[in-house]
Amino acid sequence: MKYQTPSTTKEAAVLIKRERGKAFVLAGGTDLMVRMKSGLTEPDLVVDIKHIPAMQSIKKSATGFRIGAAVSAAEMGENAPLKKAWPGVVESANLIGSDQIQNRCTVAGNLCNASPAADAVPALIAAGAKANVVGPQRRRTVSVEKVITGPGTTSLAKGEVVEAITLPKRPPKSGDAYLRFIPRSEMDIAVVGVGISLTLGNNSVIKSARVALGAVAPTPLLVPAAGKAIVGTKLDKAALNKLAEACSAACNPIDDKRGTVEFRTEVAGVLAQRAARIAYKRAGGK
Amino acid sequence: MAGTLVSTMINGDQTEFVCQAGETLLEVLRNRLGLTGSKEGCGTGDCGACSVTLDGRLVCSCLVLGVEAQGRKVNTIEGLADGDALHPLQSNFIKHAALQCGICTPGFLIASKALLDRNSNPTDEEIRFALAGNLCRCTGYDKIVRAVKATAKDLRKK
Repeated sequence: MKYQTPSTTKEAAVLIKRERGKAFVLAGGTDLMVRMKSGLTEPDLVVDIKHIPAMQSIKKSATGFRIGAAVSAAEMGENAPLKKAWPGVVESANLIGSDQIQNRCTVAGNLCNASPAADAVPALIAAGAKANVVGPQRRRTVSVEKVITGPGTTSLAKGEVVEAITLPKRPPKSGDAYLRFIPRSEMDIAVVGVGISLTLGNNSVIKSARVALGAVAPTPLLVPAAGKAIVGTKLDKAALNKLAEACSAACNPIDDKRGTVEFRTEVAGVLAQRAARIAYKRAGGK
Repeated sequence: MAGTLVSTMINGDQTEFVCQAGETLLEVLRNRLGLTGSKEGCGTGDCGACSVTLDGRLVCSCLVLGVEAQGRKVNTIEGLADGDALHPLQSNFIKHAALQCGICTPGFLIASKALLDRNSNPTDEEIRFALAGNLCRCTGYDKIVRAVKATAKDLRKK
């Protein structure tokens, strides 16, 4: 196995593209190293992206936030402006694993690992996050919900590397939240995860909303019908019921040791209602 | 096969080693540098027995490549005591019987120190959350929580 530490994203992209064997990006390594240990993945080349300045920081600008692909979940939790603007995104990232994992894992890695149960992904989808992708020839920007195509697979071509995740500028009276169900209080994989981001108009009426689900289908899902169910409402009981129905209807889960199909489908609706209430309150809704 | 030369700071000492690109930092510490205090429990980041700090941040050394240590600061359990004088955490683990078989203990000590470095007066709940990445099959955790709490109290007096 070869190990490289390029100093630009383009260099990383070219190294991976040129490698004839299996090439992997190493960010926090909390998924890659586990796969290497178990023998599921035997890389010929590992490209450590942590030496690339464009990936190392969180930047706030007029258009929103830019989270470099090498930024750890712990660093996101320590960034007060990010936490204030996107509490749901930060809480989703800070739910991943232990302190040991938090200090290494990244949301870009969480996305590219493409687990159906990735915690950060539903919150990013709800937030309308985009991935800045750099290839050997060109750069492109893609919506987060278009990156994961199935368990462990992405729409990224060989040599394409995520350089950063961007979050849009937050309009006033906005809030987001992420909740997941696990059988214990932490250190587990989501049985169901729900991310919701919403913006209020006048009189606490919801003007726009995005709802995303994790762990209930082969990929994290954006559920437009669930967002629609609460737009134009003040999150009254009827709206919450419609939200739950839309979320449950979107589920296409598997049975496994963590939860059955029936359980996941039911819990998706319940968690969506709770997450919506939190996001609504954070947006200042009354 | 030729290895990679890595230059790093371990427990305050400038250290150089040669390792293969695929070797974990844990393997390097144990097999190449003779620092066998860090243990391998699971090898997959679940148990925390291999906990060390990397540039001051708590990590599982089984999930870090040895080559990643280039130019960085690594702190392991071997650097916790000051010569023959035990760190207050170590003394309190003994005093409160916060260990039995001892395999998880180095990881718990490193993780506890990382907690106390940023929070001098943690609640029981904060201690339990901070140590959630460390598994112990002997003590039932309660004695560990007490030992950490007692250490925090001792250190605040200083």
